[in-house]
Amino acid sequence: MSSIGTGYDLSASQFSPDGRVFQVEYAQKAVENSGTAVGIRGKDGVVFGVEKLVTSKLYEVGANKRIFNIDRHIGMAVAGLLADARQIVENAREEASNHRLNYNSPVPLKHLTERVSLLVHAYTLYSFVRPFGVSCILGSYEADGPQMYMIDPSGVSYGYNGCAIGKAKQAAKTEIEKLKMKDMTCAELVKEVAKIIYIVHDEVKDKHFELELSWVGEMTGGRHELVPPNVFAEAEKHAKEALEESDDSDDDEL
Amino acid sequence: MATMTSGFSSMHSSDFARPDWLTAEHETGTTICAIEFDGGVVIGADSRTTTGAYIANRVTDKLTKVTDYIYCCRSGSAADTQAIADIVNYQLNFYKMEHGEEPLVKMAGHVFKDMCYNYRDSLTAGILVAGWDKREGGQVYNIPLGGMITRSPFSIGGSGSTYLYGYVDSNYRPGMSKEECLKFIANAVSLAINRDGSSGGIVRLATITKDGVERFTLTGDQIPKFYEDS
Repeated sequence: MSSIGTGYDLSASQFSPDGRVFQVEYAQKAVENSGTAVGIRGKDGVVFGVEKLVTSKLYEVGANKRIFNIDRHIGMAVAGLLADARQIVENAREEASNHRLNYNSPVPLKHLTERVSLLVHAYTLYSFVRPFGVSCILGSYEADGPQMYMIDPSGVSYGYNGCAIGKAKQAAKTEIEKLKMKDMTCAELVKEVAKIIYIVHDEVKDKHFELELSWVGEMTGGRHELVPPNVFAEAEKHAKEALEESDDSDDDEL
Repeated sequence: MATMTSGFSSMHSSDFARPDWLTAEHETGTTICAIEFDGGVVIGADSRTTTGAYIANRVTDKLTKVTDYIYCCRSGSAADTQAIADIVNYQLNFYKMEHGEEPLVKMAGHVFKDMCYNYRDSLTAGILVAGWDKREGGQVYNIPLGGMITRSPFSIGGSGSTYLYGYVDSNYRPGMSKEECLKFIANAVSLAINRDGSSGGIVRLATITKDGVERFTLTGDQIPKFYEDS
């Protein structure tokens, strides 16, 4: 960020003279401190991968997960403040549940994203609240195929074929751009996603991390769920091998 | 009830003062039918509205639009079913605006059912919901008195339907064409009109397909003839 707030950064309800809302930009900063999360939309579903940074060895394995189920057919991967994210998750689940209650059918992700964006945006409008320090990627598998959207702290949302948020989002995006995801199945993509998370992980700054992988699509019968242990193991193995290979070739060059 | 000081029975005087056609509720003592075919639905109804024994309207339209691709066939209290149809029409229009696409027929059925079930103690409404959507094609949902909902390839309702079960069960065949379905429904409504005192008037028919709604009316000698006494 080029400038600091100089008094216009204390409230989310006030513009700076050059037309910015600093509180929102600070929220976006908060997201960039978080471990990377990626989502890729393939031809038969959506795959999520999260680099969950583990800040203490005293945590249980699998604590503070960052991939959530919103509805049977919808998953969400988040980056940013986990407590803020859980509030968004709760809202999204309520919206999805209400849609089922009112119309006896699963909520279209486009509509759910619009509703959740409305909440996220509302938190950028008032002086007595702060924006959510969260970006989230939503993915689903519905009658018209796989869908994926991302919502950022300002409350805007877009549909994506590939998406990355958090610390290494730039590096992850360049990796995603190399893929022809529209022709790829989730079985193929889950390996790529695992590889991307391993590639963009900075083992100097952040020592330990846990990989989270989930998917929703044809192979799960339209349900969003964590990938089964055997698929996870294979994907993680593939990622580690790819990383070692590239390390070896790096050594050769030296 | 009015009371009289003379020896005359107050029962008699009040019967004259308030005949049932003044006090009874308007009812669509009715015959309604709907049937699915490959690519859409055919719906049909008679056109009689009664207030007790009095025919309040002999050309009623009981095939009521809820969206461009979804209609309902109303039976029971005219006021109740019109009010429900209005509310569902509002809700589905809202859905279409919010989601930018046509609501599914099963959603319409569900919204009708919610109303009919939640207010089952105060409503007299038996409704058939029929329509077309791109996901499941032609669909018929039946919502009888208590607010239950079932989908079936064809369904009949209203007081006249009691005379029809034999006819429809013996003449229904799966996979009938649109024209065969129109004939089937027209025959069914005509037969019920002949036997049911509270069904009558003309036969109203409609088809709903991906191209929208097409409506027909059968009047006078266009109405199919069957066995009649004398």
